Amino acid sequence: MSHATSLPTLIVLLPLAGFLLNGLLGNRLGKRFVTVVGCGLPIAAFAMALECLAELSAAGYSPLVDEAYTWFAAGSDKLDIAFYFDRLTAVMVLIVTGVGSLIHVYSTGYMKEDASYARYFAYLNLFLFFMLMLVLGRSLLVLFVGWEGVGLASYLLIGFWFEDPAKAAAGKKAFITNRVGDAGFLLGMFVLYSTLGTLEMDRINAAFMAVPAPAVSASLVGVLLFVGACGKSAQIPLHVWLPDAMAGPTPVSALIHAATMVTAGVYLVARMSGIYMHAPEASALVAGIGAATAFFAATVALVQTDIKKVLAYSTLSQLGFMFVAAGVGAYGVAVFHLYTHAFFKACLFLGAGSVIHALSGEQDVRRMGGLARRIPVTFWTFAVATAAIAGIPPLAGFFSKDEILWFALASARGGSPLLFGVMAVTALLTSFYMFRLLWLTFLGDSRMSAEAEHHVHESPPSMTMVLVVLAALSAVGGFFSIPHVLEPMLALPAEAEGAEAWHSAVVAGSIAIAAAGLAGAAWFFGGKAERAERVRTAFPGLHRVLTNKYYVDEAYEKFLWAPLNWISERVFLGWGDRRLIDGSLHAIVALGQGTARLLSRLQTGNVHFYAFLTLAGLAAALAWSLAHA
Amino acid sequence: MDSLQLLGWSSMALFSIGLVGVVVRRNVLVMLMCMELMLNAVNLALVVFGQRAAAMEATVLVFLVFVVAAAEIAIAIPIVLLLVRRRRSMDADSYMELRG
Repeated sequence: MSHATSLPTLIVLLPLAGFLLNGLLGNRLGKRFVTVVGCGLPIAAFAMALECLAELSAAGYSPLVDEAYTWFAAGSDKLDIAFYFDRLTAVMVLIVTGVGSLIHVYSTGYMKEDASYARYFAYLNLFLFFMLMLVLGRSLLVLFVGWEGVGLASYLLIGFWFEDPAKAAAGKKAFITNRVGDAGFLLGMFVLYSTLGTLEMDRINAAFMAVPAPAVSASLVGVLLFVGACGKSAQIPLHVWLPDAMAGPTPVSALIHAATMVTAGVYLVARMSGIYMHAPEASALVAGIGAATAFFAATVALVQTDIKKVLAYSTLSQLGFMFVAAGVGAYGVAVFHLYTHAFFKACLFLGAGSVIHALSGEQDVRRMGGLARRIPVTFWTFAVATAAIAGIPPLAGFFSKDEILWFALASARGGSPLLFGVMAVTALLTSFYMFRLLWLTFLGDSRMSAEAEHHVHESPPSMTMVLVVLAALSAVGGFFSIPHVLEPMLALPAEAEGAEAWHSAVVAGSIAIAAAGLAGAAWFFGGKAERAERVRTAFPGLHRVLTNKYYVDEAYEKFLWAPLNWISERVFLGWGDRRLIDGSLHAIVALGQGTARLLSRLQTGNVHFYAFLTLAGLAAALAWSLAHA
Repeated sequence: MDSLQLLGWSSMALFSIGLVGVVVRRNVLVMLMCMELMLNAVNLALVVFGQRAAAMEATVLVFLVFVVAAAEIAIAIPIVLLLVRRRRSMDADSYMELRG
């Protein structure tokens, strides 16, 4: 049963209006107009989302459906642009519009001096429009439009400062890497549509839940859709674009590459849980890839020196945590971590932005240190968010991460001690590298140049206020239990037999892990960091591998880029284009020129010769007509 | 040989003389005159065949050809004059700029 409403359409259209207004008129009407439109409409969308939630609860939590428009009908197949608002959508829409609005407000301070202020807000609103389309869409097709749209907005914003070729290249890399994932997503949609004849996600889930099951392998569909999720959520092997995406403005990294867009893959898996519940192989793959990414990214984050790169690898790692939860069937827990992560990671990125702002563009932690007293608001909010991501109770990250660890061990749908072990080690690494970052940036002695030190300043209130709000949410967000809210829709997996005995041990262990990470970072970086230096010199090879991110980019360059480039260069360009296409055209031209050169000899310019030729022609014509009379 | 046949043969002779003249003579003015000769030979042939077939249309056509010939020569003579004024020569071989 579902209820009709038109609020979701309004939620989606508000940011689009912002995009059009700012994009078309922003430069003419000035910064004040851009600020009001750019921040006001997302906030209005957030209010609408709350209204929608009220409507949902009034309807007894049966999903609201809004059939906005029939996109096209071919024969008996009809594809609608319909929006679907249920508990999961509610959580996602509130995160997207809520955190999105906060980051818009923050941006008014961060981008204040930028010449392309209006363009920035237009892109940011465009992103929100597509992201809302993604989470509100009822059919996979609408979701896919949003999916591609956020990719476009991400590309535009990564390459926002396109005058720098490296930044433009990072945008391209993100876009192209995502195409690989999208190919899998499209194939998954084709398979679903050809089997079930519908792309509406609630119907697909119902079809897979029904008996008899559809005549298609759930694992095949699950794996294909997961390939798409891998691209968007930057999981191995398609993770390479996310660290480079840090080229964009920092609020963009916070909004798109931490809080919302990159979690779309997790949302997709949670939304399609009906398929994954019947696809143990695909679920195992999801959990495996998630665990591998979480661990791999955490190890890389240990040695990075760019404050945003550390956070980027941390995002990869946390996304891995979410996929592990989804892979063992705890979809509600995955969304829970998505929700807490949105708060503390947005807070961390915006805090990093505030640091970069204070240091006039410096991003290298080796030239920071001792900032705590100079920019106290940034420091305290950053510290709260760091503690939250590390899993220090009672902050938000503790609850969601603890549940992930618990289900990694205890879920009857793929939990295992091995998975738990990997995730526990990763959690330890997470706590360690985050506190390392905190120490290197804010504590200890200053390593800044005198010039930079002189200019250090706290950010304007528009930025620090947002930091405080996000830090508060990171602190208390965990008490709002998302898995419990989603339980009627996304049931938690059964616990394996005999696992219950371990529950309190896991909770204690996860607290111990967080504390151990904190203590380790304090021990290594608390003094003059010479202990860390000693470790580094003891394992130079390992350090080099980690600093170079396991040489994944280099490997892709060598084994994918180089052969493809060779084929394009030699076969398609050398043979196909130069020889076949250009060659045949040149041959035709040469034929024409040669013939003309021969025939032009007849044109002597001598009138007598022409007259003679006419005579000869006349005689020949006469002779012919006589012969054939 | 009746007179019509005689006129037919003389038309052919006139045409041949004109044709050979155009091909062999170099003087532009003479070439032009030879062309006129050919035109009139054809005209003569038209009259002869018109008489033989007793067709009045042919006779009308002859007058049309006279008019066209007059117009044509009124253009051709000035062209020749301009050419001659340019080179001070009546020799057709001195105008070979259009060689390909």
